[in-house]
Amino acid sequence: MRKINELKLIFDSKSINESFSRMAVSAFAAQLDMSVEELGDIKTVVSEAVTNCIVHAYRDTIGKIYITCTVFEEGVVRISVRDKGCGIDDIKKAREPLYTSLGGERSGLGFSVMESFSDSLRVRSKVGVGTTVTIEKKLKGKTND
Amino acid sequence: MSVTIKNKSTVIYAFIKGEIDHHSAPEIRENIDDAILLYENAKLVVLDFGGVTFMDSSGVGLVMGRYRLASQQGKKIRVDNLSDRDFRIMKMSGIPKLAEINKRNEE
Ligand SMILES: Nc1ncnc2c1ncn2[C@@H]1O[C@H](COP(=O)(O)OP(=O)(O)OP(=O)(O)O)[C@@H](O)[C@H]1O
Ligand SMILES: [Mg+2]
Repeated sequence: MRKINELKLIFDSKSINESFSRMAVSAFAAQLDMSVEELGDIKTVVSEAVTNCIVHAYRDTIGKIYITCTVFEEGVVRISVRDKGCGIDDIKKAREPLYTSLGGERSGLGFSVMESFSDSLRVRSKVGVGTTVTIEKKLKGKTND
Repeated sequence: MSVTIKNKSTVIYAFIKGEIDHHSAPEIRENIDDAILLYENAKLVVLDFGGVTFMDSSGVGLVMGRYRLASQQGKKIRVDNLSDRDFRIMKMSGIPKLAEINKRNEE
C-alpha cells in the first residue's frame, strides 16, 4: 500500500484525553473519503483502545499513550495504539467477548467492538513491557452512505 | 454531557445527553443511581439515549451497572432511542436478555 500521510500523538493516560484522542484521530483520517458512519467507527475503535491503556495498562499510574495513524492511497486507514504498561498475559483470553479482568462497570466488550468496527485487529503484548493494538479499516467512502 | 431526571408515577426517566465514555460515565452513573434510590415507588427506569452523540463499551457497562442496582430495588430497566450503532453495540452484550432495548426513529 502507498502511504499518503501520517499522524503521531503522544499524551498522558488521563481519562480527559479519551475524547480528545478520538476526535484528533478521526479528524486526521477524514482526509480520506469516508461516510459519517465510518468516521463513527474510527472514533469508537480509538476510544476503546485508549480507554484500555488508561484503565488496564496504566491502572494505578499515569503513563504515555502513543498513537500512530497512517492513511493509504488505497483508502485504508491504519491506527496503532501503544502503551508501556502492564502487558497482557493471555491475549487469546483477553480478546474473548465479555472477558474482563476488572468487572464492575467494565463489560469486556472492548476488543469485540474494535473487531466489529474494523477489518483487522492485531494485538502484540509482553507482560511488564506493554501492548500495541493495531487496526486497519478499508473505507468505502461517502458514495456508499 | 448531562442527565435530566423525570419521575412520572411509577416510572423514572433519565435523559442522557452528550458523549458516554470512561471519562464521563461516573457522573452519569451517580445521577441515575441517586434517582433509582430516591424514587422508592418506581417500578421502571427508562434510560433515554436520544441525546447521546457518542458511546463506546462504557455505555454497555453503564446500563449493566444500572440494571444491577435497579434489580436490587425491584425495578426494571428499559433503554430507549439508541442510535443504530449504539443498538448494535448493546446487542453484542448480554443486555437484550436483561432489558428491553429500542432504536431511535431516524429519518
Ligand atoms: N492495553 C492493555 N494493557 C493491559 N491489559 C489490557 C489492555 N487492553 C486490554 N487488556 C486486557 O484485556 C481485557 C479485555 O479488554 P476489553 O477492552 O475487551 O474489555 P474491558 O476493557 O475489560 O471492558 P470494556 O472494554 O467493555 O469496558 C481487559 O479486561 C484487560 O485485562
Ligand atoms: Mg476495554
